[in-house]
Amino acid sequence: MKYVDEFRNPVEARRLGEHLARRMALPELQSRRPVRIMEVCGGHTHTIFRYGLEALLPEGIELIHGPGCPVCVLPPERIDDCLTLAEQHDVILTTFGDAMRVPGSRGSLLQARARGADIRTVYSPLDALQVARDNPDRKVVFFALGFETTMPGTAITLQQAVEEGIANFYLFCHHVTIVPILKALLDDPFMQVDAFIGPGHVSMVIGMTPYTFIADQYRKPVVVAGFEPLDILQSIVMVLEQLREGRTEVENQYIRVVSRDGNRQALQAVADVFALRARSSWRGLGEIERSGVGLKPAYAAFDAERLLVAPSVRRAEPVDCRCSEVLKGQLHPRQCPLFGRACTPEHPRGALMVSSEGACAACHQYQGRG
Amino acid sequence: MVLGGLAMRRLIEEVFLATFDTPELASMEDQARLPLGDVIASGDRLAFTTDSYVIDPLEFPGGNIGALAVNGTVNDLAVGGASPLYLSCGFIIEEGLPLEQLRRIVEAMRDAAEQAEVRIVTGDTKVVPHGKGDKLFINTSGIGVIAPGVELAAHRCRPGDRVIVSGTVGDHGAAVLQAREDLALEGGLLSDCRSLSGLVRDMLSTGADIRAMRDATRGGVAAVVHEFSSASGRAIRLFEDRLPVRPEVRGVCEILGLDALHFANEGKLVAVVAAAQANWLVARMRQHPAGRDACVIGEVLPDVSVQVRLRTLMGGERLLDLPVGELLPRIC
Amino acid sequence: MCLGVPGEIVAIDSAATASAVVEISGVRRRVNLTCVLTDNIRPESLLGQWVLVHTGFAMSLIDAAEAQHTLTLLAELEAFSVDQEAAP
Repeated sequence: MKYVDEFRNPVEARRLGEHLARRMALPELQSRRPVRIMEVCGGHTHTIFRYGLEALLPEGIELIHGPGCPVCVLPPERIDDCLTLAEQHDVILTTFGDAMRVPGSRGSLLQARARGADIRTVYSPLDALQVARDNPDRKVVFFALGFETTMPGTAITLQQAVEEGIANFYLFCHHVTIVPILKALLDDPFMQVDAFIGPGHVSMVIGMTPYTFIADQYRKPVVVAGFEPLDILQSIVMVLEQLREGRTEVENQYIRVVSRDGNRQALQAVADVFALRARSSWRGLGEIERSGVGLKPAYAAFDAERLLVAPSVRRAEPVDCRCSEVLKGQLHPRQCPLFGRACTPEHPRGALMVSSEGACAACHQYQGRG
Repeated sequence: MVLGGLAMRRLIEEVFLATFDTPELASMEDQARLPLGDVIASGDRLAFTTDSYVIDPLEFPGGNIGALAVNGTVNDLAVGGASPLYLSCGFIIEEGLPLEQLRRIVEAMRDAAEQAEVRIVTGDTKVVPHGKGDKLFINTSGIGVIAPGVELAAHRCRPGDRVIVSGTVGDHGAAVLQAREDLALEGGLLSDCRSLSGLVRDMLSTGADIRAMRDATRGGVAAVVHEFSSASGRAIRLFEDRLPVRPEVRGVCEILGLDALHFANEGKLVAVVAAAQANWLVARMRQHPAGRDACVIGEVLPDVSVQVRLRTLMGGERLLDLPVGELLPRIC
Repeated sequence: MCLGVPGEIVAIDSAATASAVVEISGVRRRVNLTCVLTDNIRPESLLGQWVLVHTGFAMSLIDAAEAQHTLTLLAELEAFSVDQEAAP
């Protein structure tokens, strides 16, 4: 596969691993050990575990697996709302496969489907719109989730629904934005991260400038990276160079896809359809201001929120969950007392065990519970 | 043509009897009567298995539920070292199933049985009202005979043994995903649905010390290798760069974020064999059409531990997990 | 987060709805081109172009020269670090 295989070259990967080892032996970096690098994006976490990349890294580099898994951070009450929607007899609920196993307080969408609710997985929001075209006598709700990468697709789909006058299509929107959560982590006094690997696909939409504050105000290097093994290894090399030279900049490793200003058309569609909510809730992290979007009033007719009599209330999360410490790099997943015991991928208790992109689930799945 | 009630039942019987033209069925007795002499002449143990087949869509590129129901049960016999002899088949048909479709499915069963040299000797059909079933369910049971001295069992895997797969991994699962309308994928993928009994016969005739064999259906190669590890108590390592995967299967995996090792196969077996005979056995397997892409993909480790490790393309190592339930496409 | 796969645009399905067909390792899927079209880029001109596909949308054109540049940088890293170590 073009643009994939060349970035999965094992010989190059080994060489990069050796290169990193030599860099880490330099006195400027030796003194900084351990260097803690957070990969923000769950896609990066997945690549790191999927290919066992940590085995190629020298001593002294620690990867902290960040909050960028939209499935993990889905709060239970939003799943509860989806269940309420799906239980209405004239509703077909459509969503991505990722959302199906996420536990709400009354079980998951998969369990609701087994009880008879009409819940369908789709690959694209456009496929959900097709379900609406095919079922004019039903209300077809698309449960939209994801970070900025996924927002434009939802927005363009809704624009298309408006254009075609498809009145039985609704959006239940839980799109969230990455920057506020990074800021919240950076403001936490317990945060122990020296640098960031930035989310490549979010950045292809929003560009590089939204991260400047991390380099300028918090004095941490950021390298936006692609998702293949060599991309991630190269971005670690770039992070180390910044640290060694005492620079803090926003750099772009993923130049084949990401441009400085992002994607104008995508941002336009997002700006047309979505508006920031005052606050959004995150599983494991609580409420964060201006961290999610909802539909603009002009699109209110398509908002599935109005099909709900009353939205579910936020419930307290299990008090013994230590996800937030894992996110801040204070705790390795395996050091959490719940890991592999009270909290497993089949029965997740904390956010990071929910999807295979979550730090704990990836660790459990690919490195075992022991 | 869509029919209901009695008329449909009558037509179904005609379809079955016309298609499965075996003397046992034609006798219209309540049971098949099978001569013991044939059985005793070819082995010292009976193998007996049953499986029910439920699939959406009923027809997919490279096969349909009928071919699946015959080959699946034939393969369950074959990987135990048995020569498959007889099959039963039970149908639960939802009213409204197009008769032409049923005919195609039954004909596929006949062809698959012929190819696998197995006879369908008894059967049953039930028609349930519309809404009480999902178009068509098929159950098949099979009887085969195991020759003296053939002893295939998962607990026999020993450190150093090699793990062999008989061909490309994940074809059936990917073909079914590709045939699902809701995913809107197109490609030339065909299911690998086929009988393995000829291949197994050839493998056994080499006299190689084959410890264990399973067909890699639901749960894929990952599930079978886990079973081997669990039964033998030894860790097993697979090598990602040796796994034979068709480009289109890989395409489906990349698009939907899934792993071909978790995809079902319907004409692939995984075998464990003594290391010294592995390459030679693979060479013999490749001479059979069902084993053309056979290769060694892993090894049994000395570690006393129930786990499957994957040496990744990048040279790292990780656990190979078991799929949890239904394979759901990922977008993130 | 955000699975994205490189695919090649092999057919324009409907220029009016910005719909095209991409091929990803032999598998075809319809995608929407809105995010990669501008006043200067017409759908037909994208035939043969590689794009990054996410949830049925072409989200970005893939820049072949930049991809090559990344690989070149990777190849040069080795020589670079050996030089540095050789230096006193």
